[in-house]
Amino acid sequence: MGFRLTIGEIRVAAEMAALGDTRAGGCATFEGRVRNENEGRPVLGLEYEAYPPLAEKEGARIVAEAIARFQLVGAACVHRTGKLALGDLAVWVAATAAHRGDAFAGCRYIIDEVKARVPIWKKEHYADGSTEWINSAPRSPDGPAPA
Amino acid sequence: MVLVRYYAVLRDQRGLGEERVETAAATAGELYEELRALHRFTLPAARVRVAINDEFEPWACAFRSGDAVVFIPPVAGG
Repeated sequence: MGFRLTIGEIRVAAEMAALGDTRAGGCATFEGRVRNENEGRPVLGLEYEAYPPLAEKEGARIVAEAIARFQLVGAACVHRTGKLALGDLAVWVAATAAHRGDAFAGCRYIIDEVKARVPIWKKEHYADGSTEWINSAPRSPDGPAPA
Repeated sequence: MVLVRYYAVLRDQRGLGEERVETAAATAGELYEELRALHRFTLPAARVRVAINDEFEPWACAFRSGDAVVFIPPVAGG
């Protein structure tokens, strides 16, 4: 239950076991994995950096919000930090509920809010040897920076 | 004196992870602008958030000597 950062591999079976509850008729999970390209640039690997005390606080708030909003039986999110290879599991989310609709919605809420709010950063390493912190250009990819 | 910690693109641009800063700035926003000018941070304050003592705060937040200040570039987890 709750939100956790981990340097090592995410042990999905153990995480799932912790959510076992016979009130839960549905369990939705999401796995975020390291993709081999970003906006057309071949990616060789990446690293995640977190600000742990605030990441864990904000992550825990998001999981608690999802539980309250979607009447979940349980929910968990684990996010890796450090260097990851292509295909590695970077973030894992699970939400259990009496019925599937709330389980899906709760799982979706958690991953969307984690991506938007939790202080974790991703640095991609490209095939041409360059690296880049994602979303950290001076101007927003969606348009000019607000004044 | 405040303790400033840097992560991600700001750590790269500053060239270190944390430092003690003597400042006359009264708010977190003033401190960011002071450090941004000094170290040529590329991110405008509008794209950065601030945490004081491990909690999000508005830019207008005042800080006290000894506080730990973290400037948070746009996040990119997941």
